Amino acid sequence: MTQTTPTRAVPRRRGLWRRLRHDYAATPAAALVTLVCGTILVAIAWTLIDWAILRATFDPAAGREACRAAGGACWPVIAARWRVILFGLYPYDEQWRAALACLVVAAVILLSCLPRMWGLGRLAAIWATGTALFYLLMRGGLFGLTPVNEQQWGGLPLTLFVFVATAVIGMPMAIVLALMRRSSLPGIAIPAGLLIDAIRSLPLLSILFTCAIVLPLVLPDFLIGEKLYRVVFGAALFFAAYQAEIIRGGFQAIPRGQEEAAKALGLGWRQRLVRILLPQAFRLALPATINQFVIAFMETALIVVVGFMDLLASANTAFRTGEWTFAHVEVYAFIAAIYFAFVFGLSRYGAFLEARMDAGQQRS
Amino acid sequence: MARLLSFPGTRRQRELALQAVFLSALAALVLGAALTARERLAAQGLTSGFGFLRKATGWEINFALLPTTTADPYWWYLLSGLVNTLFMGAVGLSGAFALGLLVGLMRSGRNPAARLLGTLYVELFRNLPIILQLFFWYAVATALPNPRQSIEIGGALVNARGIYLPGPEIGRGIAALSALAILAGAGLAVGILAARRFRRAAPLRRQSLAALSLAAGFAVAAGLALAFRDPATPWITHPRAEGLRITGGWRIQPEFYALALTIITYGAAYVGEIVRGGLKAVPRGQIEAAAALGLTAWQRFSRVTMPLAFRAMLPMLANQSVWLMKATTLGIAVGFSDFFMVVAGSINHSGQTLELIGILMAGFLAINLTLAALMNRLDRALSLEGSSMRPRR
Repeated sequence: MTQTTPTRAVPRRRGLWRRLRHDYAATPAAALVTLVCGTILVAIAWTLIDWAILRATFDPAAGREACRAAGGACWPVIAARWRVILFGLYPYDEQWRAALACLVVAAVILLSCLPRMWGLGRLAAIWATGTALFYLLMRGGLFGLTPVNEQQWGGLPLTLFVFVATAVIGMPMAIVLALMRRSSLPGIAIPAGLLIDAIRSLPLLSILFTCAIVLPLVLPDFLIGEKLYRVVFGAALFFAAYQAEIIRGGFQAIPRGQEEAAKALGLGWRQRLVRILLPQAFRLALPATINQFVIAFMETALIVVVGFMDLLASANTAFRTGEWTFAHVEVYAFIAAIYFAFVFGLSRYGAFLEARMDAGQQRS
Repeated sequence: MARLLSFPGTRRQRELALQAVFLSALAALVLGAALTARERLAAQGLTSGFGFLRKATGWEINFALLPTTTADPYWWYLLSGLVNTLFMGAVGLSGAFALGLLVGLMRSGRNPAARLLGTLYVELFRNLPIILQLFFWYAVATALPNPRQSIEIGGALVNARGIYLPGPEIGRGIAALSALAILAGAGLAVGILAARRFRRAAPLRRQSLAALSLAAGFAVAAGLALAFRDPATPWITHPRAEGLRITGGWRIQPEFYALALTIITYGAAYVGEIVRGGLKAVPRGQIEAAAALGLTAWQRFSRVTMPLAFRAMLPMLANQSVWLMKATTLGIAVGFSDFFMVVAGSINHSGQTLELIGILMAGFLAINLTLAALMNRLDRALSLEGSSMRPRR
């Protein structure tokens, strides 16, 4: 043993050196690339650490002058304004309800990420209960909760509400649209195809705008309703048009034999759809569906433009008023962290599912 | 389907009846909406129709490539907005493709430092809402020092009102015409490279023809600028601060560059992923064969890998371009007068909601169809016989 130790140690050290050289500086050009990229990385890391930690002010009582003097990030703005950022105009004393409502949505999303919950019935039940609970907490009016109308909703709960409602309304719409487009009857397939393509070619903003401003012109009075619900409907329609194409792709990827076998067994149209086709189509379309959910979540931020106080808009007001006008970077960093945590988590989950399904495919 | 409806008749009759019911319900819906709208508009004293397009607007837009005044009619404003959108789209798309190519190459290479940088870039920009990024850049742009304390960088002035670059003093209309000439030259060059008609021509001839048309575009632009410049002004004027005013030079408004920067950086994250997918889709055998033939690393990359990868990327790049064109509508959030913002403004001022929404839809449909047709054309022109290579989804 004592004899072999040095002979082992020497090649290993040379190996490491060689590997480093091979990876980072195989040619002079590669060395230059390493140098440039490394410098950029170190510069970014140093700037960030210096700004966010070393020269930052953390004392919650510190004001504008103290922050200016320190020169770095001014975190007291978050301590002073976090309730406005997170809950917007929601009545101050009732904000515990908004917080609880956010937790409900988080729980619903976490639950539906568990593979054992994947069944049409279970998922529908989870999402319906979650939405009802959320609505009860936010809107109040029952069980002694003070009513809070939709115009006072704001911040994170509003963002989550728009996302959840878009998904809950948009998903059934997407399934219906996909089935209609797949129909063998031209009188149904063609209008559905036209609708899907028309919506997909328009920017979401113009659809939200149309729903907020044009729909009241063309709807009968009893259907106009709150602006929030019209805008959510627009977002759901947009989501449905994209998701319908994803589901249709899933349908097309199912081997023909599956439907033929189901027909041969004498299953009716509905049984074939619910038991054979839809589960497989969803399984095949799962990665793209998760991706679409991620996009839908990010796109909820667009409702700012039609005048809602969602997370982004309440962040805007948090630094536009009073003494914090200089602290926009800190406030945006705070809400960016919230968005990033959600979106990054969901997209990592999508990648995990894809890998899991690939493994399943290889085994069979 | 048979069990779904318990109506009498043959299967064919039932299917016909189902379609008829569906279509008439649809028609009733549209008709009902149209009638309600007519009634409401009549109550507001508005007449429907496109006559308002000839009326003067009476309000201003804050960014226009075409010369606009408040006396101009609505159709000119709408056209001006469309030109702004196309311009923003051209800047955003070319920037996003260039930066995205760099990011994709960094992520696909072997160098760990470059890969880390590329990965950080993609994960950061792709996982944040684009409108949040836009607000961020706009807040940064407008929080720059005021004109009195402008930052000077090599003759250019940077302040909260914009970036002032040194440049020749030419009118806005001439500048737009020059830009159009350059674009036409570039478009012609791409057309010559892609067109089937020139396919049989020797590649060398094709390339020189394309280069010629590109150069012609620049020459016409330069000629226009020369012919219409004011001889009293110097060749290049530098921006100078006079108190709060800044004279001379070219001003780039914060609304414009914040939006352009957002579209470029956000788009580049997606284009980078498309580039990476395209490079991954190139069969290893092709690269190994090129190496076996003794091609150098650069030759392998530029003659084998890139041409194949580009063909694989093209359909997804087409989707991405359409997407980025639609993203220009975000201009309304910071006050950049793109097509959508002009339409929204027109709705506010004229009240002709339905007509203007129709124009908006027609405009975007036209942009999308043109882009899709162009990309399809390019795809067909570049397609290789016997190769149906597409990246894995």
